[in-house]
Amino acid sequence: MSDNNQNTNFTNQEFKVVGSRPERPDGIDKVTGRALYGADTYAPGQLVGAILRSPHAHAKIKSIDTSKAEKLKGVKAVLTSKDLPDLVGGAGPNYDILVNCMARDRALYDGHAVAAVAAIDENTARKALKLIKVDYKILPHVTDVDEARKPNAPIVQPGTRTANVEPAPTKDSNIAARNQFGHGDVDEGFKQADVIIEKTYKTEQTHQGYIEPHACLASVGPDGSGELWVTTQGHYTFRTVCSTLLGLDIAKLKVTSSEIGGGFGGKTHVWMEPVALGLSRKANRPVKVVMSREEVFRASGPTASTSMDIKIGATRDGRITAATADLRYQGGPFPGMWGLLGAMTSFACYNLPNVKTVAWDILVNRPKVAAYRAPSAPMAAFGVESTMDLVADAIGMSPVDFRMLNAAREGTRASYGPTYGPIGILPTLEAVKNHPHMTAPLGPNQGRGMACGFWFNFGGQTATDLNISTDGTVNLTIGTVDVGGSRASMSLIAAEELGISYDEIKCNIGDTNSLGHNDTTEGSRGTFSSGMATIFAARQAIDVMRERAAQKWEIPVEEVEWKDGEAHAVGVHHSNLIPLSLKEIAKASPRTGGPIAGHNETVADNAGVSFASHICDVEVDPETGSTRVIRYTVVQDAGKAIHPQYVEGQFQGAAAQGIGWALNEEYIYGEDGRLQNAGFLDYRIPVCSDLPFIDTKILEIPNPDHPYGVRGVGETSIVPPLAAIGSAVSNAVGVRMDHVPMSPPRIRAALKAQAASEKAVSAG
Amino acid sequence: MPDIQFSGAVRQAVGDVASIHIEATTIRELLRKLVERHPRVQSLIDEGLAVSINGHIYRDGWTTPIPPDAEVFLMPRVPGG
Repeated sequence: MSDNNQNTNFTNQEFKVVGSRPERPDGIDKVTGRALYGADTYAPGQLVGAILRSPHAHAKIKSIDTSKAEKLKGVKAVLTSKDLPDLVGGAGPNYDILVNCMARDRALYDGHAVAAVAAIDENTARKALKLIKVDYKILPHVTDVDEARKPNAPIVQPGTRTANVEPAPTKDSNIAARNQFGHGDVDEGFKQADVIIEKTYKTEQTHQGYIEPHACLASVGPDGSGELWVTTQGHYTFRTVCSTLLGLDIAKLKVTSSEIGGGFGGKTHVWMEPVALGLSRKANRPVKVVMSREEVFRASGPTASTSMDIKIGATRDGRITAATADLRYQGGPFPGMWGLLGAMTSFACYNLPNVKTVAWDILVNRPKVAAYRAPSAPMAAFGVESTMDLVADAIGMSPVDFRMLNAAREGTRASYGPTYGPIGILPTLEAVKNHPHMTAPLGPNQGRGMACGFWFNFGGQTATDLNISTDGTVNLTIGTVDVGGSRASMSLIAAEELGISYDEIKCNIGDTNSLGHNDTTEGSRGTFSSGMATIFAARQAIDVMRERAAQKWEIPVEEVEWKDGEAHAVGVHHSNLIPLSLKEIAKASPRTGGPIAGHNETVADNAGVSFASHICDVEVDPETGSTRVIRYTVVQDAGKAIHPQYVEGQFQGAAAQGIGWALNEEYIYGEDGRLQNAGFLDYRIPVCSDLPFIDTKILEIPNPDHPYGVRGVGETSIVPPLAAIGSAVSNAVGVRMDHVPMSPPRIRAALKAQAASEKAVSAG
Repeated sequence: MPDIQFSGAVRQAVGDVASIHIEATTIRELLRKLVERHPRVQSLIDEGLAVSINGHIYRDGWTTPIPPDAEVFLMPRVPGG
């Protein structure tokens, strides 16, 4: 449900179509199969690309013999790292991407690409892969984040010295960086506490679980120009990265984003796309590469696994006096900022006088980690919110009241540094407290939990183009990939500004040749930033139409105003002038100055931070440890909801992913360092029958830095579920769960440990 | 203008101090003067920095004016998912 009455009038603007729920413009194509995804396009002479991957967690590549594969009939190109020379200086993020796309001297994880072929069909490509002989020297490996920190752990990347530590380390380690945030004096704060709770938590690695695997069709000609059709969240970013790695001119590589079957952060990075382009360049033919599900698990970018120590102190009357977090996040074999993000977000919901968070970014022999919605925040929230519940319980306050008492407000200094402006955590908590869900009765073996979450949200570089056809219909071209309904939202915004109907707008995602650079659709930025650019582009087109009307009426343009899709002459002198509709002005456009268009190029900063509070009920079978979520409610501050149904969909989708993450999903590695469950049979994401209806409540607390008050909405609701479900399960079974996922074996183990502990106490 | 505040890697790059005073009217001027005094900050800018002005986070808008008496905080440029 949507609560549209809260503070939406800050601009004194009454919306006519924004906030309505029209049909999705891409809906029919998607349900009838007309929509074209990453694997759904073809080119004359197209080859099939396939990638040979390391079966070892860590190995030196002594040699690669491709001679037999090259001689196989039907093979048109074989590629190794020699075909992808280092053009980026041998260090830094782009070099890490290059190494991840194709291993050089060492395979760094099970699934790391070591060679690739392009052949006339898939069978030939697979045969060719088997003919490639790689001589490996197996090296010691480490896949666990805590094991990797130990002094004698195998070194994943020789030369790694922990950054931001004084004095600088003199020995290699797997700790890539330390980062610290906070303010006040935590030691003094803990002295003021009546109750201090300290606990260690662990979360396992999960995958975003998008249904569409990575897929692309690459074509590079001998003149150095190329095209890439790809499933991605950011085709402009892919163009820049691929061009950089392959030495192509950015303007000569045209990248087109296909429909996307889910991304959630996993499609913000390139994986095999540079390899496909490299194969095409070598074969001089188009090459299509489609990852198998196993490859998606082994060789794309899951989220980090973590361990953490959380400590919170509070007075008996419920005031938090100090809080600390020591967070260990693994990023795979390359340095990342995953721990840093955990440290920045962990206590962002609260007004803390003394807070300190320390992040350690750790290297392990697992795939290169990628973002997964609000990256890194859910894991830190699991530890912090679980500990918040323990403190609340210790002082005898309800979890909601404890959080409300300590919630951040306008003027609060955030734990990551800046002072908040108007923010919405308190309203989400008030909505939770007053929600009927919180007082609904629970049955046997059932438990309830609630938790809060925070995410920053971002805008970024954005370009938009709006063209009015001679029949008055409108082509709106945006450059942010539509991952969650932005075509519908942009159409609503354009319709609102122009004063025409939603059905008269056709919104397209432009390829990289058609607009200026657009940053990747990440950070919940799509509707915020393209919405802003669409508003300004429409207003520019309106200015053109006012000029055309003024020209016809032979009056100054200042005396023409735009209202309800028509140009109106203003003032008593013009009362005899009949308003000109957009359609009339558009029809006359060939003879009044040519095409009518509006454009906008902007950097859309100030997306506005966002908060969510969730409630969850579960039922746990004490014999099997199986957990079923029986009721779930999401409350989130969304700013102005342009298309509320899509906003609800974002809330529900994030909650569903969080339920899978909390209860079942995890990467399971064997002692050999190989991933043991690289498929949906063994890596269990929730299906419809696993989920209750996820109720939603949209709080429209406007973002003062957007013309309509829009905030990002796509990420924040992935943050609370681990903790909300963790508390619900803990309340159901009577044992505080501290390890995600809370799978049946872990719940049974926790119950068994508790029983043993109680037995020991009674015996002693 | 008040002090510019730091945390994390930026704080390390400016000699492990929590804040320093810089006269600047835009983000660009602020970063230029900061690099002049602390050259190690340049690599962090290259990797990505964001500037919070009165709680509003700017990742790319280097022409953004910094009002007198604003709270200015340098922080990592955060990616999303």
